[in-house]
Amino acid sequence: MQPAFSVIFLTTLIGMGQGLFLAIYTEQVYSVLNVVQSNSSDKFYAIASAVALVLLVLGLISSIFHLGRPERAWRAASMWRTSWLSREVIVLPIVMGLVFLFGMVHFMSWNPVIMQFGSVAVRLSLIIGAFATLATFALYIATGMIYACLKFLQEWHSPLTVINYLLLGSVSGFTLASVIAAYEQAELVPFFVGWSITLLIFAFIFRGASLMRNKRLRPKSTVQTAIGVRHNQIKQKSMGFMGGSMNTRDFFHGKTLLFLRSIKTIFLVLVFAVPLSMLIIALFKPSLTVLGIAAVAMYIGLLAERWYFFAEGNHPQNIYYQSIA
Amino acid sequence: MSQLALVIDLNVCVGCHACVTNCKEWNTSGSAGALSDDNPYGKDPSGTFFNRVQTYEIGEFPKTETLHFPKSCLHCEDPPCVPVCPTGASYKREEDGIVLVDYDKCIGCRYCSWACPYGAREIDEHQKVMKKCTLCVDRIYDESLPERERKPACVLACPTSARLFGDVHDPDSEVSVAIREQGGYQLMPEWGTKPSNHYLPRRKNHVSYHKDELERADNPLKKEDYQVDASEPSLDDVTSW
Repeated sequence: MQPAFSVIFLTTLIGMGQGLFLAIYTEQVYSVLNVVQSNSSDKFYAIASAVALVLLVLGLISSIFHLGRPERAWRAASMWRTSWLSREVIVLPIVMGLVFLFGMVHFMSWNPVIMQFGSVAVRLSLIIGAFATLATFALYIATGMIYACLKFLQEWHSPLTVINYLLLGSVSGFTLASVIAAYEQAELVPFFVGWSITLLIFAFIFRGASLMRNKRLRPKSTVQTAIGVRHNQIKQKSMGFMGGSMNTRDFFHGKTLLFLRSIKTIFLVLVFAVPLSMLIIALFKPSLTVLGIAAVAMYIGLLAERWYFFAEGNHPQNIYYQSIA
Repeated sequence: MSQLALVIDLNVCVGCHACVTNCKEWNTSGSAGALSDDNPYGKDPSGTFFNRVQTYEIGEFPKTETLHFPKSCLHCEDPPCVPVCPTGASYKREEDGIVLVDYDKCIGCRYCSWACPYGAREIDEHQKVMKKCTLCVDRIYDESLPERERKPACVLACPTSARLFGDVHDPDSEVSVAIREQGGYQLMPEWGTKPSNHYLPRRKNHVSYHKDELERADNPLKKEDYQVDASEPSLDDVTSW
């Protein structure tokens, strides 16, 4: 497929925003349950929520560039029964709203205790956060399923697609959370860095699994099934026109194999190798710069990863467009 | 429930592109607006088309065969482009099975084009909505036209009658009979889309004769073992002078 930058930015930005929210909410749950000893401040939660919200909004804005008729975008919420894209369109504002509420509750320090279980006080923000977490997971699934549900895009049609959207989004959010922690509340850094390293290892395993799976895929559609002729030697002589069309532009990345391979190497280095070493360094010597490098490298790497993900999708319609004249 | 569709006879198609031009002419002149083109006569022309004729070479020279292959939306019975549409702009009509796009609802997100394995959908780069073959829905029900002209433009244009149009759910329709009797098949059956449009394969008519049919086995002359002895002059030779 031809990677669209609007979609690349959309998926990476909202993935990071969701991950950032999950990170701070995980930390809050841990500290409420006294698993980690921290007196994390409302200010930290408010800043992190604001950053998450900004990322989600930026993602939404970039998605608008993908639409031919953005003024009708509201219509996209109507077919949630059948369309994963429609479900994403519905869940994204829900996530935004809940993250906003979560941030506001902390920002205004209006966080009354709703329930009390023994020594555990369940505050309002914890309940909002629980709903926001559900919505965040739903959004990861919806985003992943948009691609995973297309069965003839065999490279995408796998649970690994959804898992990778979830893991890569989360790890980028947790890494960003450790940057914000290093800036705002340094005692939280080891918590977020620990989580980031764990998630990064899982993300590497599953992204690697998906790369290996896609390498071994055999296309189900061939020129024989495409035109319905049983012969081993079939060559297209003309696709029917000499100019361009959407069929020749939107479904192929138009780059060389070497370019594709180098993008793969770049994303493997920038998403996994560089952040992993930076995170390990930060585990022993927390520093804003080191974590900043990790987060920036990871985000740039994720842009490359998403580009590669789209470029790798091999659409069967390309069989019909192999020869101009 | 009826399912209108095209049946394209690849044995008859000569690849003249008349269906392509007539399709473009009819559909660019309709009430839904033009099928926009960019640089139609300049460098790098690009445009929106519902139908194209492609050419394939089968086999290796000198044993080759040329196949002209018209391709448009196949109006699948289980169209993968419809459920993915977030706005409901893409839909399949209950009454005749035509898959259509509501140009007033489409947001131009291109997701349906990803979901079509045949590449039948194109975005109109000026109207910014998805477009595709409508089976000339604005013509086949038009009662102001004489009845024989209430057919898709491509069908009317075809000089060799390679394109048949009708209801593939009616077992007695021209198209159903053609599919049944002449080996009609669907494209990319592996995805379970159940295309309504069918193609009739290239086919050679071989007539096989048995030796009996060339040489009369029950010739009575043979029965009597009557043979002309050519070494002696026959009565004709004697009397001809």
